[in-house]
Amino acid sequence: MIEAINEALDVTMARDPDIVIMGEDVGYFGGVFRCTAGLQEKYGRTRVFDTPISECGIIAAAVGMGAYGLRPVPEIQFADYIYPGLDQLISEAARLRYRSAAEYIAPITVRTPFGGGIFGGQTHSQSPEAIFAHVSGLKTVIPSTPYDAKGLLIAAIEDNDPVIFFEPKRIYNGPFNGYYDKPAQPWKKHAASIVPEGHYTIPLGKARIVTEGEALTVLAYGTMVHVAEEVCRQKGVDAEILDLRTLVPLDIEAIEASVRKTGRCMIVHEATRTAGFGAELSALVTERCFYHLEAPVLRVTGFDTPYPHSLEWAYFPGPVRIGEAIDKILSE
Amino acid sequence: MADRPDSAAGQGSNKPSLSLHVPEPHYRPGDAVDFSHVDAGEAGREPRPDEACDPAEMRDLAYGLIRVLGDDDRAHGAWDPKLDADTLRTMLKNMAVTRAFDERMFRGQRQGKTSFYMKCTGEEATSISASMALASDDMVFPSYRQQGILLSRGYPMIEMINQIYSNRGDKLKGRQLPIMYSSREHSFFTISGNLATQTPQAVGWAMASAIKGDSRIAATWVGEGSTAEGDFHAACTFAAVYNAPVILNVVNNQWAISSFSGFAGGERTTFAARGLGHGIAALRVDGNDALACYAAERWAANRARANAGPTLIEFFTYRAEGHSTSDDPSGYRSAQEREEWPLGDPVMRLKRHLIALGEWDEERQETMDREAAEMVRATTKEAEANGILGHGLHHPFRTMFEDVFEELPWHLREQAEQAVKEREIKFPEGVPK
Repeated sequence: MIEAINEALDVTMARDPDIVIMGEDVGYFGGVFRCTAGLQEKYGRTRVFDTPISECGIIAAAVGMGAYGLRPVPEIQFADYIYPGLDQLISEAARLRYRSAAEYIAPITVRTPFGGGIFGGQTHSQSPEAIFAHVSGLKTVIPSTPYDAKGLLIAAIEDNDPVIFFEPKRIYNGPFNGYYDKPAQPWKKHAASIVPEGHYTIPLGKARIVTEGEALTVLAYGTMVHVAEEVCRQKGVDAEILDLRTLVPLDIEAIEASVRKTGRCMIVHEATRTAGFGAELSALVTERCFYHLEAPVLRVTGFDTPYPHSLEWAYFPGPVRIGEAIDKILSE
Repeated sequence: MADRPDSAAGQGSNKPSLSLHVPEPHYRPGDAVDFSHVDAGEAGREPRPDEACDPAEMRDLAYGLIRVLGDDDRAHGAWDPKLDADTLRTMLKNMAVTRAFDERMFRGQRQGKTSFYMKCTGEEATSISASMALASDDMVFPSYRQQGILLSRGYPMIEMINQIYSNRGDKLKGRQLPIMYSSREHSFFTISGNLATQTPQAVGWAMASAIKGDSRIAATWVGEGSTAEGDFHAACTFAAVYNAPVILNVVNNQWAISSFSGFAGGERTTFAARGLGHGIAALRVDGNDALACYAAERWAANRARANAGPTLIEFFTYRAEGHSTSDDPSGYRSAQEREEWPLGDPVMRLKRHLIALGEWDEERQETMDREAAEMVRATTKEAEANGILGHGLHHPFRTMFEDVFEELPWHLREQAEQAVKEREIKFPEGVPK
């Protein structure tokens, strides 16, 4: 996925001279996760550059550059550290088009690694997507495969609205099925690791059907797509798994069509439960598919605690928690 | 406090008790005011260094006060911008129009024509004179108290009033609180209610101009109270790191609503001096001296345009009126302050200067003031034909949902339909006139 992200940045930078990349350690060093490796050498220091350690400053400068007419792609090193930039994202980037009646826009894409499963502890594991999904004017995108990562990132950069692009760092190097005690798999054995060269996009606001099924709809995104897929496979459940890919705007049509078909719905995310994005999904499914439901909509999520270090695998919504929820939904 | 059983007042300890310093302004309501502690210095005293100078050489300018107009109403010293009489008269007129505009809009709020207004009385030079030293396509990132920039740049006054009334003529479609103007055409950035956010954005804009090899620069305005926000620190850091072609104007009007400048850290240092700490050129200027404001901004603009880097300018002035129409300053400061303010009134000082030059007289001033008031009155009437706040002449409901995103997503389309339906339920016979 890292290479796919790097390619997406390379492809868009080559096409559009107004794209600039900025963030902590993204320049000469190429990023702490290597996502921007080689780009400064190729495009020069005025298009790919390091910044002071100031998330507020990074987002704010990007907003100002966007007002000028550039298309900045700032990086926040970990989603856990995006909070100092929240005022600039929520009060400024998200509102610029609205408050100026489209005189000024913020065509910026904030890339940030997110999610747990890497022993990152409290401040290298968080999944704060619900904060952003709650803000009118922001788009929230989360890929789960290298193919999607490249296509979605190019689409995000070319989009004229501000996009928060969460990169699940647990699956940077390979898919993760939730079995942390088994050897990690590299992407090259996975079908979705085949990434076409050059330019292609995946439209924002469109979910991907991972598996088709009749018994149960699973709504997931990021790392949890792979975990849910593995559990359903092992249990032999005929599940229809939707990788949402974009939380805002949400592909409500795909969700409705699937839940109306299966009559059952499970929502899976790593983020904490209360007021998480799963609550919004659950409410939408209940409001719009109520008479098709044969069982309560269940959420499988992280617990309502800060992300712990030593008890990571007790916190992570892994195969056991997902399996129990599936049994419960199917038993109704 | 369990680990310090005898912590009360430090008793039982041989160490001195610590005490918390909470700043307190010199004068509160009813106090007699004596500003003799404010060292304004002599006009013409400060040297004018080369625009490419090293910030480390500017120590005295960050702690001193650049003044051009002396008590004799003449221009003095190296900072005299040597403006011709026509430019000075234009500056004076822009100030007169801004002051007349403020008076009328304030009254309009009191008459219930709108919800809110903020005057810039006493601070006109910090926006009008300063912005006149910039090119018209230099980008400005103002706070909410620089309406003088828009008026100086020829933005139609009726558009400002439409915005204040949130009427059907309002270009911002009634979405924004009054005075939060926006005009891309006039290189005037959309004003935000969130303080100081515009300062690092201005730096980003300036960086973009530099990235593209443009010649335009950016300037931002922020009150001294808002310099306490983290954004201002980010702005200074980024401006210095990237040598951004930007001017950071700090309008020190002594008051942030009810808290005096001491709560922004102004008791022990100047706001200009914060620039030096960042390695940014720093000037401290008499903000009620139109010539000094112009000269300082021009110096900083030349510096930025020559790739010599950013400048922080502190305009030392006084907020003569309340913070806003929602504020009553008699609740926290002495009414005498305004009268006793040692740097006087920027409009009167510029007027007296022009008269001293033989380029103006009281009669022409009276005519100009009368014409300004008449123009504002006529424009207000014209804008009122488009409606005033709460009288039904607003933009259609559907526009509330537009421009959240470039395109209307399904959930906003559904909510827009709901809003229209609610209106039909509320007004089954059609919307009342």
